[in-house]
Amino acid sequence: MKKSLSSAWQALFGDPVRAFGVVSLGLLLALAIAPAKEHFSQWHGYQRQYTRLIRDRGDAVSLRRRFVPGIHQIWLPDLGVVDRCTTCHLGLNEASLADVSQQPFRKHPAIPHTLDGFGCVICHGGQGAATTVAEAHHSERAGEEPILPARYIESGCGQCHQNALPGTPQLNLGRTMLTRYGCVHCHAITLPDGSKVVATDHPPSLAHVADKTTREWIYSWLKDPQAFAASTTMPNYKLSDADASDISAYLVSASTPQAGDTAAAGVQSVAHADPSAGPSLYGESFCSSCHAVQNAAGNLVGGDVGPELTRIGNKVRPEWLMAWLENPRIYDATTPMPHYRFTAQQIVTLAGYLQGKSDSDYGANVHLDTADGRQIAHGRKLIVELGCAACHEINGVQKPENFAPELSTIGSKPLAQIVFLPGMEHTMSSYIVAKIREPRAFGTSVKMPQFALTASQTDALTTALLALTNRSRTMPDKLRVAAIPETNYQPAGHAGKLINELACFSCHRFNGRGGDMAPDLSWEGSAVERQWLTDFLHNPNTLRPSLIRRMPRFNLSDSDNKELTDYILTVYQSPSIDPELAPTAANSPEIVEHGRQLFYSKYACQACHIVDTKTDKGYIGPTLTQVGSRLTAAWVYAWLRNPQALRPGTTEPNQNLSDDDARALTAFLMSLKGPAGRGAKQ
Amino acid sequence: MMRRFAARITFRSSAWVALLALATLAGCKQNAPPVPGLKATAAGTAIVESSGGHQVGVTGTALTDPLVVQVNDDQGTAVPGALVEFHGPAGVSFDPAAMITDSSGQATTSVTLGSIAGRYQLSAVTPGKSRPVTVEIVATALGYQQRLGSILADKHCNRCHDPESSPQRVSNYDNLEVKPHPFTEGNTLNRMSDADLTSIILHGGPALNRSALMPPYGNTLSAADVRALIAYTRAVADPPYQPAGTVYARK
Repeated sequence: MKKSLSSAWQALFGDPVRAFGVVSLGLLLALAIAPAKEHFSQWHGYQRQYTRLIRDRGDAVSLRRRFVPGIHQIWLPDLGVVDRCTTCHLGLNEASLADVSQQPFRKHPAIPHTLDGFGCVICHGGQGAATTVAEAHHSERAGEEPILPARYIESGCGQCHQNALPGTPQLNLGRTMLTRYGCVHCHAITLPDGSKVVATDHPPSLAHVADKTTREWIYSWLKDPQAFAASTTMPNYKLSDADASDISAYLVSASTPQAGDTAAAGVQSVAHADPSAGPSLYGESFCSSCHAVQNAAGNLVGGDVGPELTRIGNKVRPEWLMAWLENPRIYDATTPMPHYRFTAQQIVTLAGYLQGKSDSDYGANVHLDTADGRQIAHGRKLIVELGCAACHEINGVQKPENFAPELSTIGSKPLAQIVFLPGMEHTMSSYIVAKIREPRAFGTSVKMPQFALTASQTDALTTALLALTNRSRTMPDKLRVAAIPETNYQPAGHAGKLINELACFSCHRFNGRGGDMAPDLSWEGSAVERQWLTDFLHNPNTLRPSLIRRMPRFNLSDSDNKELTDYILTVYQSPSIDPELAPTAANSPEIVEHGRQLFYSKYACQACHIVDTKTDKGYIGPTLTQVGSRLTAAWVYAWLRNPQALRPGTTEPNQNLSDDDARALTAFLMSLKGPAGRGAKQ
Repeated sequence: MMRRFAARITFRSSAWVALLALATLAGCKQNAPPVPGLKATAAGTAIVESSGGHQVGVTGTALTDPLVVQVNDDQGTAVPGALVEFHGPAGVSFDPAAMITDSSGQATTSVTLGSIAGRYQLSAVTPGKSRPVTVEIVATALGYQQRLGSILADKHCNRCHDPESSPQRVSNYDNLEVKPHPFTEGNTLNRMSDADLTSIILHGGPALNRSALMPPYGNTLSAADVRALIAYTRAVADPPYQPAGTVYARK
């Protein structure tokens, strides 16, 4: 052994010239390592593939001119982006490679941003600085996150855009769900601009719950909320029979009576009405604009503002229901339900009809023994532990602060801090999905309840949560697009009180506050004529026959009607509408005729509107048969010039009318006064 | 000499390997490997699509409605207990990918589309009595721009351009004297260039000597919105839209 070694030494270095040769050769080889490593690197292989791909294409010359060999990098210090993805993804900006489906050379789909402006990892995740596929796409090392699955890609948009974008329906749905399903009652979420996400659901107060329902119903509800109402947002806490019984016992024992929330005065003496009057009153009052009912096929029909009423008869006490229908604000001062001002007869009719919506099987087997003090105390302990008071007002239990972990930067939570279930993919998205889908799978001590969500709802919620990243907080302010926050606008005086009582905000929007079911009324005072508004508030007739949801009729007194009309006409005036600029009432018949020509031929308004019920059929826009008695000339003129300026997002296209055309059309429309005798009070 | 020989050897051996692989693949295709846990009790002679074809979804997400196919025998009667397998291009997943037809002879699966926008050719195969029978099903995946277009179309266009009517959204199609073209009507729309579509959207029907019932949207929609709308109509066109392609001068 030793002998052979020394002979090898002798052979290599025995002679100085040979030794020099051998050492030089070694040095040369060592110097060749770096270029060889580069030559055999993964990205170099892709670049060679790319040159072969473009070689035979029609525009090979220009493609080759734009191809730069070597490592490419997008460096955006402001955003903390160092992306070398374009080293291999070489065709991202090449429009002519649209037909190439082979990765990594595909063209990037059209998006509103440039690659150089934002890089790749902001939306796609992964490690931008890596130069191998495995490290860039799949790394799970501390602080690193594998690439984001395509179906959550909208979370990237949500890091900068706090507003609802038209192109990100999934993100928008997820954000709505965060507030609608009450996630933020327990999990605080602070947005990058420092504002807190506020819940928009309306969990009922349980302070007087015994007036409204029975302990048996509470028990059945707690055991499985979706069995009572499929669409409810209340989650399932998977309670044992004994626990549900104890909680219901505490809620009932802690409930205090509320004056006036049962058996409205003068109502109970009224005899029960004709049963067929119930459904028609329910229909006329447009209850289904807000409340859903399951039909025979099992589909929910109706709105989702109020609770589902499929089995309402199983739930509420008749005397409570009548008091609620008479004036819901006695039981719940902030309810979105309007105070309809029903007559005693109507209340009995409607209550009787709603009581009939029941399921004799529901809760039939529930028999609860009277609870003793120990069980009631145990019920209270459970309520505290489960955080029921985070959503509901409960007598004797304080609303807990920061009940569940804060989620303000959940999208950037290091994977090393997460305990994954066996067999789970080690990514943030799969963790969030699993946690939403079955929270208790992560341990029996997990308090988070089971929500009844569809797969697409879970994905939407996950998208919204993944958008809450560290980067969304550290990025430059100029990139941030703020959400338009809901104002806390409150109308004043007696009319303001009426607007609150009628719950106008539940459907209409005024000065940046309110719902989107019905038109924004911020400038209604500039738009409508006094007589029309008075009549409409007395008896709302429909303007758009094809709509299902309509304005209900409230039994307003003449003085309340006048109060409301005056307020709307005085306060909700648009500063951009000048009555002086409008065409005068004294329009010559020639101008009116010219307007008619424009209406029917040049602008073909009859595609969407009806002026003559015999010939016109379009019903996308409101019917215009009586528009001259409904709208003011100033509003019609301003609307024709630019509809979106008055109501952003309205579907009427801006036709860029000339002043003359707009005046002639206004003259024609103002001549449409409708049948004679309208305007007189019914 | 030596080098040429080596090259030929490599070529020949790689050709053999390729042939072998092809043979194996073909073999696999001929008699599909039995799916564990699924045992067919019957076999049909035909397979048809019941519902769920021609759906338009979003890249990387599940289609709204499930895909339902039915296995029939010679008389056209449904065959329960037959094996059905679903296949699609790379990136498409089926849940489940194979199943036994139910008592009404139907197999139902939910489809998740791949991350590439475009038309997906899906197929459902049943082994059959003598030879496998297949039905081809088309689904379309919309990318970001195309979906933005579909959202804009829903807001601004479909009330007239989509003849489908529902209680929630009553179609205005039947009320129009001149019928608009549904966006799926590839036979007409594929023959219009992007420039023509742009000008009809921006300036209304009269821009191309067509009906004034189509209003101009040039002051309502942005240029990007119009591009998105066109991308959407191209994506849903049936028969599919073939872009004209670019002509380059060669050196």
